[in-house]
Amino acid sequence: MRITCPFCGERDLREFTCRGAAVERPAPGAGEAAWDAYLHLRDNPAGPSREYWQHTGGCRAWLVVSRDTLSHAVAGCRPASGHRRGGRP
Amino acid sequence: MRYSALQVLWQGLTGNRGWKPVWRQPDPKPAYDIVIIGGGGHGLATAHYLARNHGLTNVAVLERGWLGSGNIGRNTTIVRADYSLPGNSEFYSHSLRLWEGLSRELNLNVMHSRRGTWRLFHSDGQRDEFARRGNAMLARGDDARLLGRAALRRHLPYLDFDNARFPIHGALWHPRGGTARHDAVAWGYARSADSRGVDLIQNCEVTGFDIRRGRVHGVRTTHGPIRAGKVGIAVAGHSSRVAALAGLRLPIESHVLQAFVTEGLKPVIDTVISFGMGHFYISQSDRGGLVFGGDLDFYPSYARRGSLPRQEQVMEAAMTLMPMIGKARVLRSWGGIMDMTPDGSPIIDATPVEGLYLSAGWCYGGFKAVPAGGEAFAHLLATGRPHPVAGRFRLDRFRFGRLIDEEGTGSQHNLH
Amino acid sequence: MSACFRAPAGGAPVRVAGKGLVERSRPLRFRFDGRWLSGFAGDTAASALLANGIRLVGRSFKYHRPRGLFAAGPEEPNALLTVGRGGAQTPNVRATVQEIYEGLDLRSQNRWPSLKHDLLAFNDLLAPFLAAGFYYKTFMWPRGFWERLYEPLIRRAAGLGRLSGAPAEGVYDTAWAHCDLLVIGAGAAGLAAALTAARAGADVILADENPRLGGRLLDEEEEIGGAPALEWVRAVEAELSALANVRILRRTTVTGAFDQGVFAALERSGLHLAEPGGVPLECFWRIVARGAVLCAGALERSVAFAGNDRPGVMLAGAVRAYLHRYGVAAGRRVAIFANSDDGWRTARDLQAAGIEVAALIDSRADSADRHRAGGDFPVFAGAVVCETRGRHALRRIRLRGPGLDRWLEADTLAVSGGWNPALDLSCHAGAHPLWNERIAAFVPCPGALEGMEVAGAAAGIFSTRGALKSGAYRAKLALERLGMKAPSFRLPDADDTRPSVVPLWHVPGPGRAWLDLQNDVTVKDLGLAAREGYGAVEHMKRYTTQGMAPDQGKSSNVTAIAVLARVSGRGIAETGTTTFRPPCSPVSIAAMGAHGRGRGFAPERFSPAHGAAQERGAPMAEAGLWFRPLYFPRPGETAWRQSCDREVTMVRTRVGICDLSPLGKIEVFGRDAARFLDFVHANRMSGLKVGRLRYGLMLREDGFVLDDGICARLGRDRFLLTTTTAGAEQVLAHLEFAAQVLCPEQDLRILPVTEQWAQLAIAGPHALAVVNSLLDRRIEPAEIPFMTWRRVALGGVPTRLFRVSFSGEFGFELAVPARYGDSLFRLALAQAETLGGGAFGMEALNVMRIEKGFPAHAEINGRTTADDLGLGHMLAADKEFIGRRMACREGLSESGRAQLVGLRPVGAVRTLSAGAGLFADGDAPRHEALQGHVTSAAYSPTLGHVIGLALLRNGRARHGETVRALDRLRGIDARCEVVAPVFFDPAGRRMRG
Repeated sequence: MRITCPFCGERDLREFTCRGAAVERPAPGAGEAAWDAYLHLRDNPAGPSREYWQHTGGCRAWLVVSRDTLSHAVAGCRPASGHRRGGRP
Repeated sequence: MRYSALQVLWQGLTGNRGWKPVWRQPDPKPAYDIVIIGGGGHGLATAHYLARNHGLTNVAVLERGWLGSGNIGRNTTIVRADYSLPGNSEFYSHSLRLWEGLSRELNLNVMHSRRGTWRLFHSDGQRDEFARRGNAMLARGDDARLLGRAALRRHLPYLDFDNARFPIHGALWHPRGGTARHDAVAWGYARSADSRGVDLIQNCEVTGFDIRRGRVHGVRTTHGPIRAGKVGIAVAGHSSRVAALAGLRLPIESHVLQAFVTEGLKPVIDTVISFGMGHFYISQSDRGGLVFGGDLDFYPSYARRGSLPRQEQVMEAAMTLMPMIGKARVLRSWGGIMDMTPDGSPIIDATPVEGLYLSAGWCYGGFKAVPAGGEAFAHLLATGRPHPVAGRFRLDRFRFGRLIDEEGTGSQHNLH
Repeated sequence: MSACFRAPAGGAPVRVAGKGLVERSRPLRFRFDGRWLSGFAGDTAASALLANGIRLVGRSFKYHRPRGLFAAGPEEPNALLTVGRGGAQTPNVRATVQEIYEGLDLRSQNRWPSLKHDLLAFNDLLAPFLAAGFYYKTFMWPRGFWERLYEPLIRRAAGLGRLSGAPAEGVYDTAWAHCDLLVIGAGAAGLAAALTAARAGADVILADENPRLGGRLLDEEEEIGGAPALEWVRAVEAELSALANVRILRRTTVTGAFDQGVFAALERSGLHLAEPGGVPLECFWRIVARGAVLCAGALERSVAFAGNDRPGVMLAGAVRAYLHRYGVAAGRRVAIFANSDDGWRTARDLQAAGIEVAALIDSRADSADRHRAGGDFPVFAGAVVCETRGRHALRRIRLRGPGLDRWLEADTLAVSGGWNPALDLSCHAGAHPLWNERIAAFVPCPGALEGMEVAGAAAGIFSTRGALKSGAYRAKLALERLGMKAPSFRLPDADDTRPSVVPLWHVPGPGRAWLDLQNDVTVKDLGLAAREGYGAVEHMKRYTTQGMAPDQGKSSNVTAIAVLARVSGRGIAETGTTTFRPPCSPVSIAAMGAHGRGRGFAPERFSPAHGAAQERGAPMAEAGLWFRPLYFPRPGETAWRQSCDREVTMVRTRVGICDLSPLGKIEVFGRDAARFLDFVHANRMSGLKVGRLRYGLMLREDGFVLDDGICARLGRDRFLLTTTTAGAEQVLAHLEFAAQVLCPEQDLRILPVTEQWAQLAIAGPHALAVVNSLLDRRIEPAEIPFMTWRRVALGGVPTRLFRVSFSGEFGFELAVPARYGDSLFRLALAQAETLGGGAFGMEALNVMRIEKGFPAHAEINGRTTADDLGLGHMLAADKEFIGRRMACREGLSESGRAQLVGLRPVGAVRTLSAGAGLFADGDAPRHEALQGHVTSAAYSPTLGHVIGLALLRNGRARHGETVRALDRLRGIDARCEVVAPVFFDPAGRRMRG
């Protein structure tokens, strides 16, 4: 697999580490169900998916990668921090 | 038809023309007491134990592809009971005991072979961790031995004791661990279940559930609707997809795990070796191929194919551990889809939908779990109560924090 | 002995004058089963064996049937040999791929005692009882015999070649390449594709498994542009070689297609050399291609008929390849059996070379009409071969047809059942090929692999002209997708006849008709599988083992599928294929794992003081890829315990130096640094004053302890965290995730500085004296209270001095830029030694931290909560932090959890071991009674007895109770008193000084 890091360009899979589905952290006061969902429950789609990856062997930016879990096609990759290219990761 | 040496002789003398089909090819009936979704190892074993232990035979197993087309036909065939945490410990211990009588129980030789498993350790800390594991195994009546480097060297002289990146200090030996012929396990359970009256329906995909007022009444399939008193899901890597049809979201992420086989070789590795620092484990099949595997590819996937970096990493692990393997050639690789849970341990439990049950989250331990998993799921389906050895595999244990986290890596699915 | 290698008629088939591409001026000698033979440069082992009249080359897997050469390429199922001896010994080498060199040592395999007299050939007599899957039905009685008798026997009989057991010798390597267009295969289609792309200026890689370009053109007598085809090949090769944008990889098989245009390939770069020297034997390539054209050609298939496995029954295309490429006649009297025009082609080529054609048996009734011109050989149209004879080599074949049933003498039978496109790579992303009735073959599914075009025979286009055209066209399409324009140029003329094939899969007849020659699978086996219910193609494969041998059924799978379709009453398309998976050609582990060998498997990290520790003979242990000294033996010390005890006592009574450089060090700075650290720590950090240190505890989001360490406030907006050595990477990624994903609005920088700083612990009553002997300006204890730090100078080098202790002893840590680490260690050590101190290692440090009850990796094991470790009070109640919410779950706070305790032996306990299980005194040591386990244990020279830390169910409430620590693995049974987990100086007076 090849992933285009917004900071470093197209790189091989082996430079990246995947954490899993890109799920939003609940508010501290959110209920038990919200926290259970955040940590454990997954849509786990067979198809388009959004995941957290880190460019561990490169700029170490955390990324949100839009990827298809059936075809492995990568549709997009943006910094998880929301910063744009050239900004601070 | 009963299998035996005499039968093989007789059939051989009469041109092998008398062998009977191992299972029927039935059309689904309109209704069953119990429908099991998934004709893999767990689904077929569940059907067998429902019939054998509970006398329930008005049962159908629905398989989207061919029987045994899931992870039961795509693994490294290792059978062991070397877990340390309560929950797993008694479950896998029980499973190993079932394995030991399986060929006779099914009247089909599943080639269960207790050739021993070795877990190598490379530091004092790992040794102590394995000692804990081994003592837990002994405490529940299983076997384990801790061997130092010199003793290990006598058993496995071909390991690189001197130059490897992670020098080998010793190993935890589990003599009753071993391997079995994976496909035969599926066939044996299928044949037994079929002979007891269970309908095994291939090429039948479940497309939905009939759920009314919180209770399941049947399934919709590519062969039409089928009514059912109870429905059990045993579809491993596809658990989330099937559960989603019932409106459920599971604590599961699907990941690919790869394995490999070499060309056939004369016997060279007569046991099972596990090299934790390289996430590498290997044995040799009775046909002569070296069968080995590695770690997950780490990214969620439903594609039954692996990544090249993981393949290379596995070969590198092989080379650092046993450089004598270098001249062997990898013939084939395959990838199975693993239903990874947030603690690395399975789920055998009722779901919030009444009458709908789940056996899932087998991560990459599903093969050795097949006998006990099938028995426990059958027990749950038949009685509504968890089997005594599977009482901790609850669906809500994550929510309440009653985890069975052997690796201690926490709630990230792909780290187990 | 030698007679068996000879052709039955006596006198070896010979080289054919004027034929072949071998260099007759360069004879080479090689050995086969100990016998010296000769061949020529350019020969494969197969062509050279054939030229020496050797027909019997191997034994089959199951029945040990005698087998001869069947193919001329890597799909060869029979001629698998062992090359070399000792560490160089390589089993299962295809004789058809191995080029000969001077001294090449070949041995046949899977036979005993010799290839001709193989005792296990006895299996063949038992064949009726050894049908597909027989082993699933027997060997179950008596109990226990499977493991003790049957399985060992089966295992010994199974397998093909043998690994020597010695470490693999030879250099192997891996490499990367990137290109615009990867052209796979350099036959007519591949060359046309490469030429098109090269002229377009694209960066092209042309990979071919052969040592020469040309593909099938090397094996045939063809014309291109009115001249011999090889002249065209040479001209294209010359043009491509002269271009800087083209790389040609010869002897390179593309073995796998992966996501987004990544391909794996294996180059046999040195396997053909007598003395490879520094040339790698094999090189494993990862090729990243923006586009690809698959021009891998096609593989011929046989026909299943009784006795179709005898040595001498070969593929017709192989017979032509041996003739045209190697100048070797496959036999002296050759019969040909085909269902297409390839039969005619073979007959004409042989006859033109002066080889006797015994007969052409063409299964098509209209065969002769199609070829009125004919040739001067007997033709049997509408006939088939239904049986053969000959023990170690073919002698006779039986023909049957309308009004025909006769035996015919022949030493070779060239069979062609049609061609199967070599489409494996197109299916590696999971696509299944499509059945094409017109050519009676599976063809690639369009768009099967993104970015890959398929051309030539691989796409089912079998004529030479068609291959040229499709190669150029497919390259053009691939280039267009890359935004490149291909120049148009005229392709040369070539033969454009489409072969006409009338499917013929199986000739019914007496005896066994073979499909998978390697695994001994017959048509009968497939019938049995279908009858027993294993009719799905995957069931058939797994039950009969069809296609599971080293050749992966390359020349037999399609025939088997067709036979299965017939016996199970389905169409071929409906029956379908099994799954294609990488590698499509076997890859040696030594090549793919080249850099894992020995110490290459993982990086090695060395402290700046590593050399100094090694000089003192310190054995090393590893943590988080770092090497750390365990202890520093002194003369006369023979056991590690002696050194360790001495070092502990030395620190407790004098002074010790310990290298802490591998501890993880992470700087966090920015306006929001303090706020951020409050978020990632369970305890509060924002209140920490500049110049002070605080013990910090981090939780994972799931509420369990992640790691602990010391946090130093370097400035208002700047902090330094230390982590455990093994946890450093994980903590860094965790902090980066928290910063970038959870707190993107905060002003933060996170910088790992582990390798930038060398750090020493100086601990013991004389620690201050050592520190002051090193500093440029002496420091008074009052200037640096416990848990503070100061900037100091050491020989002018800016240094950080921390007043902190992991040993529980009065002590300091000194941090200098890494380049001074070695000299600082040596200087400090010299000073310590003048005061009766010295260096201490991880063992002593571990004993001292157990004495103090500080949790380490064995206690912070990923399953413990802060409360389990007795650190529950650290969880700040008045702030949000990672892990806070989930730490409140029932399961993490309920009664019955294992808690950290100390264990003190009761009575004459000599030893205690980590990993021992804990049982209440008097309980039977059974699984149900297990109360916890010993996490760490050591002999404390300070206290004079062993001590342990343990995780014990409800442990904090059980101080004073006696428990039994049982380590049956190591035969240790110790009764212990449960105590608080601090054995030494519980008030911390020493470290506070």
